[in-house]
Amino acid sequence: MDLFTPDFGLIFWMFVSFAVLFFILWKFAWPVILKTVDSRADLIDKGVEYAQNAKQQLDEAKKNADQYIADARRQQADMLRDADRIKTQIIEEARSAAQVEAQKVMDAAKVQIEQQQKEAQHQFRNQVSDFALMIAEKVVKNQMADTKAQSKLVDTLLDEMADKKQA
Amino acid sequence: MKKLLSIIAALLLFFVATPAATASVGAEHDGKLDPKEIIFEHLGDGYGWEIPFNHHKRIPLPCIVIGTDGLHVFSSSRIADGKTYVDGNAEFKVAGHDSKYKGKIVEIVDGREEKPLDLSITKNVCAVFITVLVVVAMMFAVARFHRRNPYRAPRKGLGAIESLIVFIYDSVVKETLGDKAKKFAPYLLTVFFFIFTMNLMGLMVVFPGGANLTGNIAVTLVLSIITFLVTNLFATKHYWKEIFWPDVPLWLKFPLPIMPAIEIFGMFTKPAALTVRLFANMMGGHMIVIVLTLLIFIFAAVNPVAGGATTVVSVLFSIFMLLIDVLVSFIQAYVFTMLSTIFISLAQAKEEHHEKKVEAREEKENKIEAAQFAATQK
Repeated sequence: MDLFTPDFGLIFWMFVSFAVLFFILWKFAWPVILKTVDSRADLIDKGVEYAQNAKQQLDEAKKNADQYIADARRQQADMLRDADRIKTQIIEEARSAAQVEAQKVMDAAKVQIEQQQKEAQHQFRNQVSDFALMIAEKVVKNQMADTKAQSKLVDTLLDEMADKKQA
Repeated sequence: MKKLLSIIAALLLFFVATPAATASVGAEHDGKLDPKEIIFEHLGDGYGWEIPFNHHKRIPLPCIVIGTDGLHVFSSSRIADGKTYVDGNAEFKVAGHDSKYKGKIVEIVDGREEKPLDLSITKNVCAVFITVLVVVAMMFAVARFHRRNPYRAPRKGLGAIESLIVFIYDSVVKETLGDKAKKFAPYLLTVFFFIFTMNLMGLMVVFPGGANLTGNIAVTLVLSIITFLVTNLFATKHYWKEIFWPDVPLWLKFPLPIMPAIEIFGMFTKPAALTVRLFANMMGGHMIVIVLTLLIFIFAAVNPVAGGATTVVSVLFSIFMLLIDVLVSFIQAYVFTMLSTIFISLAQAKEEHHEKKVEAREEKENKIEAAQFAATQK
C-alpha cells in the first residue's frame, strides 16, 4: 500500500524537480511569453480600436462627401434656375427694349406720317381752295355777266343779312 | 457505423488477445491470479521501467541509497528479480512480499532488513524528470517563437500550448488575482502545465509515460505543500488577522479560541483537499482501466469463452475510460490551478475600510436629504 504512504525519495526528487522547473520557466519562459501575450493583446485591442476609428472616420467622410455632393447638386440646380431666370429676364428686357424702340420708331413714323398727312391736307386744301376760287371766279364771272343776276344776288344777300339781324 | 464498430471490435480482439496471452503467463506464474497485487504493482512505484509485453525485463534506472556506510549508487538491474547486490560491505536487495518494507530497497545488516535513506531514481522520479523536460521543451518552444515573432500568434502545436497558457492566465489567474496576477502567474502556470503533462504522460502506456504520477500521493502532496507555502508566505497582514483575531463576537475567540482553531485547521485542510482530490481522481482513473483489464483474466480463468466475451466489453470500456481520463487530466490540472489561485487570492485579502464606507454612506444620505429638501422647496 505504498500508494497512500508518501515515499521520501519521491518527495525529495519531486521538490527538486519542481524547484528546477519553476526556476527555469520563471527565469526564461514565463516573462517572455506573458509579456508577448499581453503586448499582443494590447496590439490587437489597439488595432480594433484603430479600425473602429477608421471606420467611423470613413463613415463620416462618406457622409461629408454625400453632403458635398448634395450641396453641389443643390448649387447646380440653383445656378441653373438662376441662369434660366436671367435668361428669361434678359429676353424679357430685350423684348421690352425692342418694343420700346419699335414704339419709338413707330411713334416717330406716326408723327412724320401725321405731319406729312397734315402737309398733304394743307396742300390739298390749298389746291382745293385755289380750284374752288378759280371755279368760283369762273362761275361768278359767268353768272355775273348779266345785271339781272347781279341785282338778284345783291337782293338775296341783303335778305339774308336782314334775316340775320332780325334773328 | 455498425460495420466500423465490428471492425474495431475485431481488431481489438486481435491486438488485446496477444498481449493478454503473454501477460497472463506473467500474472499467473504461481498458478493463481492476485488482482490486488497486480493493481498495486501497476499503480505504484518501482525500480526500473516496465517494457510492454515483457514482464521480466525492465529498463534499468539508477538506485541511490545512503546506507549505514555512506552513499551507494548502482543500477536497478542488479537487484532485479530478488537478487542481492553487494557493494563493499553493504548488501542491498528489494524486500520480499512478507517484509514490512515490501517492494523497497533494504540493506541487510546482520541478517536483518533495514531501510536505508532511499533517493533512487525510481520509475516515478524518472517520469517526473521526463515531465520536467517535456514542459521545459514546450515552454521554450513557445518562448522562442515569441522572441522571434513578438506580434504573431503561433499556429498548430505551439498555438495549442499558447492558447492553454492564455486560457489559464486570463480566465483563472487574472480573473481571480487581478493586479496581483503578474506576481503569481509563473507559479500557477508552472503548476498547471506540470500537472497536466504528468496526467497525460500517465495515460500513455509505454516507456516515456505510464507512470501513475499524479495518482501518487507523494507527488500531489508536494504540489499542495508548495501551494500552501506560496499562500502563507505571501499572505497579507489582514489574512493573519482574520485567522488569529477574526471579526466575530468576542466569546468565540477570547477565553477559548474556537474560531482561530477552526481557521488554523482550515489552513491545513485546504492543501489536504488539494492533495487528495488530484491523487484520488487520477488514481481512480488508472485503477478503473486496470480493473477492467483484469476482469478479462478473471473471467478467462473461469471460462475461456467468457474471457473472450469480456475482452471486447472490457477493452471498449477501458478505451472509453481512458478517453474520459484525458478529459479528467485537463479538468484536474485546471481545478488544482484554480483552487491554488483561489487560496492564494484569499490570502491576499485587503482590510476593508469600514469607516470610510460609513462616511461615504452618510455623505450619500446627506446628499439625498438635501435633494429632497430642494425638491420640497420648489
